[in-house]
Amino acid sequence: MVSTENAPETWPLWEVFVRASRGMSHVHAGSLHAPDAELAVRNARDLYTRRGEGTSIWVVPADAITTSDPDAKGSFFESPAGKNYRHAVYYTASEGVPHL
Amino acid sequence: MSDSRPLPHVTVDELDLAAELAGDTNATATAAVAEYALWLGDDALILSQQLGGWIARAPELEEDVALGNIALDLLGHARSLLHYAGTADGRSEDDLAYFRDEPEFRSAWLFEQPNGDFAQTIARQLAASAYMFELYSALRASKDATLAAVAEKALKEVDYHRDHAVQWTLRLAGGTDESRRRMIRAVRDVWPYVDELFRDEPLIGELDGIAVRPSTLREGFDTVIDAVFTEAELEIPDVRASSGGGRRGSHFPTMGHLLAEMQVLARQHPGASW
Repeated sequence: MVSTENAPETWPLWEVFVRASRGMSHVHAGSLHAPDAELAVRNARDLYTRRGEGTSIWVVPADAITTSDPDAKGSFFESPAGKNYRHAVYYTASEGVPHL
Repeated sequence: MSDSRPLPHVTVDELDLAAELAGDTNATATAAVAEYALWLGDDALILSQQLGGWIARAPELEEDVALGNIALDLLGHARSLLHYAGTADGRSEDDLAYFRDEPEFRSAWLFEQPNGDFAQTIARQLAASAYMFELYSALRASKDATLAAVAEKALKEVDYHRDHAVQWTLRLAGGTDESRRRMIRAVRDVWPYVDELFRDEPLIGELDGIAVRPSTLREGFDTVIDAVFTEAELEIPDVRASSGGGRRGSHFPTMGHLLAEMQVLARQHPGASW
């Protein structure tokens, strides 16, 4: 029988980052619930890497992430358009450097 | 940054299910090898069906997915083994799964134990996966190429199942008073059915070098369980071994209902596809 007594507390939330292949960055894949870090890695394996996407997984407690203020986007994320001097576009990329 | 590598997509229409069977699918089993393949295939099939009962009912969505993944791994092992067993007398994996009656199944009683609460499912998973890990490790050296190939493929998956069960055993035993009480009870309820897994039935004598002699797996199983129980501060319960009898077609009372649920659709609509 599945017990329904004592409405269970929800497990803490974890953010999951998966690296698709060597040399790439870890990319945010989603989030999940798990009781602790070890099980969070295992749950992430089941939820986010079953189609062969991953070579490495990071999990981070969601409350350890500090986010930018969504109301501050006016000044915080002001577009750098029209400020070409800020961009390193005047260089030629070396050959053989992937993912640049 | 963007990842331009396309993700592999699986669509059921294009999926060639036969290509996923381990080993040479044209190999034909002798009657004795087929009987042995039924032992192992039915263990995996019944456990898979049981774990499917947790879908949408596990303690958390994440655990739902974990148990579902394990069930699907086991279904893959069952497919390969039942396909191979069926080559002895021209039956398909579906014939064997859906159109055999209870006395024709060969699963051991451990796998027929009810899901119970989550702790009982974990105790059953611990015993089952620790046994299967030892079994498939040894079966890789079988003189039968198909059985060896099935074992090779299954071993990595069973390794993960064992890890999952160990992690949960440690957490339930070391968690709250409630979880510890349930884990202790679960181990006591499940352990009478462990002994049957390691009995050398007469069939084994006919399959020297092909089948794994069950009694030889006990030591490895005990070593793993002792280590886990020591860390979890659990004791091997002092319980009498059950009579068992699954290898001879005598099953635990749960089996009738389990088979009815598993087989009803295929029997009501023979040959249906969807």
